[in-house]
Amino acid sequence: MHTSKKLALLLFATLLSAPLAAKELLNSSYDIARELFAEINPLFIAHWQQQSGETLTINQSHGGSSRQAQAILQGLRADVVTFNQSTDIDVLHQRGNLLPANWRERLANNASPYYSTMAFLVRKGNPKQISSWQDLAKPGVGLVFPNPKTSGNARYTYLGAYGDALQRFDNDDAKARNWVKTFLANVVVFDTGGRGATTSFVDRGLGDVLITFESEVNGIIKQYPDQQFERVVPPTNVLAEFPVAWIDRNIQRNGTEKQAKAYLEFLYSKAAQQVLARHFYRVHDADVVAATAAQFPATKLFKVEEVFSSWDAVQSNHFASGGVLDQLLAEGKR
Amino acid sequence: MSQTALNSSRRWIRPLLISLGVVLTLLLLVVPLVFIFVAAFSAGVGGLWQNLTEPDMLHAIGLTLLVAGLTVPINLIFGTLIAWCVTRFSFPGRRLLLTLIDIPFAVSPVVAGLLYLLLYGSNGPFASLLDQHDIQLMFAWPGLVMVTVFVSCPFVVRELVPLMSTLGTEQEEAAVLLGASGWQVFWHITLPNIRWALLYGVILTNARAVGEFGAVSVVSGTIRGQTNTLPLHIELLQQDYNTAGAFIAAALLTLIAIATLVVKAFLQWKLARQH
Repeated sequence: MHTSKKLALLLFATLLSAPLAAKELLNSSYDIARELFAEINPLFIAHWQQQSGETLTINQSHGGSSRQAQAILQGLRADVVTFNQSTDIDVLHQRGNLLPANWRERLANNASPYYSTMAFLVRKGNPKQISSWQDLAKPGVGLVFPNPKTSGNARYTYLGAYGDALQRFDNDDAKARNWVKTFLANVVVFDTGGRGATTSFVDRGLGDVLITFESEVNGIIKQYPDQQFERVVPPTNVLAEFPVAWIDRNIQRNGTEKQAKAYLEFLYSKAAQQVLARHFYRVHDADVVAATAAQFPATKLFKVEEVFSSWDAVQSNHFASGGVLDQLLAEGKR
Repeated sequence: MSQTALNSSRRWIRPLLISLGVVLTLLLLVVPLVFIFVAAFSAGVGGLWQNLTEPDMLHAIGLTLLVAGLTVPINLIFGTLIAWCVTRFSFPGRRLLLTLIDIPFAVSPVVAGLLYLLLYGSNGPFASLLDQHDIQLMFAWPGLVMVTVFVSCPFVVRELVPLMSTLGTEQEEAAVLLGASGWQVFWHITLPNIRWALLYGVILTNARAVGEFGAVSVVSGTIRGQTNTLPLHIELLQQDYNTAGAFIAAALLTLIAIATLVVKAFLQWKLARQH
């Protein structure tokens, strides 16, 4: 074999690269957070270097957050998780006991350094005159969002629409349910993930409205300036928290307790909150909020737990096989 | 039908079939291949260089070569041993063994990945043992090698078995009678006879190892710059809206495939000259 020497060298280099490096942190995160952490990580590395003199390497793993949680349960040694669904962190406690049940109380704001809500991306000039959830169920409006079965992003869309309907109909579930059915009937395509839905809407030109996180909507507008998309934030909306946690079992084994905690606390610092706001996430730091108020339209946010009792109930009543979502989709087809 | 009518219809059919073949080859093979390279260059030479020298891309290339570089020799040795075993000896369970070898072809690669994850992951039977010795198999490069060895193991065996069955054992028996050792028999009799099939098996193994996606994606954990192979990196770049980068990675994979074919042609030419 002619290439065997080169291969041996490469092998050697790859094997060495892991143990030689100084302290490493692995952040397991959701799908669409790549650009965000690519910007935050260097800031923290510099900050940590200054504070402790230690050079840190931060590795990123991205995927659907349920899938990421599965991987951690199966042995992926992530030091911290930065997810977009608190249920996916609860799973780490319930099924693997990798962290305590009270992980929400270990950091401020429900361990959620930033939050977002849903927004609508409409085509140039908003031809269908969309301004609220109610408008989305009108006849002739084509909707694009991922499948709530596989995407946390789309679960928020579903819950946002349902929650808004419940408020409009004074908690009359039968009426709300009926409205959600017409809303779902307007869906043109159910992609499996957020990015797939974006491609359907932008590149394939499907539908009139793309529903996704506000942060993602603004990113798309910036990414495709020539299409002149417009953003609509409905007046009532669902609060989407972005919970973070260190994985106790893994940081003990990796010896990264200090670093992991400092990393997550850093997400609450002014420097990180500025980056977050620049990526169109809503933040808590008062100064940053005041400085960026213009880019975040006022909207009345409700918590999923307030409208639907609990996430567990939502999961088993709405998203489980044969649940309300399945029923409504089936009824809508008839 | 008269002879002339048959001829005229033949005259008609032949160019039609040929052009159909050419058009399909163009549409299904040549155009996509060319398109990969065109799209890869769409970012310009600067963009190409920037994407290629990006640390995560470099690591993905290195990791892919590492995985293939370990998988190929493992399967070469393993495949030759198995083929030797089932064609030179008869024993109970021989057919069963041959069938078992085909399992990686029969099951979906994703299933293969999951099998390894369930077996060697932290909920598997070996979890505590691996944990005690601080050995990380899944979500690290050894796991990638393991699943790649699994999905690509039938190639060498499947190439060797039919050939070695037809070759028979006379030459080897003669060598043994003349006093050759087992190793001498293999090196001077068997190997020269099977070298083309072996080479072909290696090339298929390599192609599969380099391009494997499904099984690898299950056990990788897709940690950038750590467990991301080239095929996984393509998906990642695509989702990052970096289409040019994705096509550059795809073009690299294509180049590796072409390089493999060139090496194969060169070896064939060199071996042919020795005779």
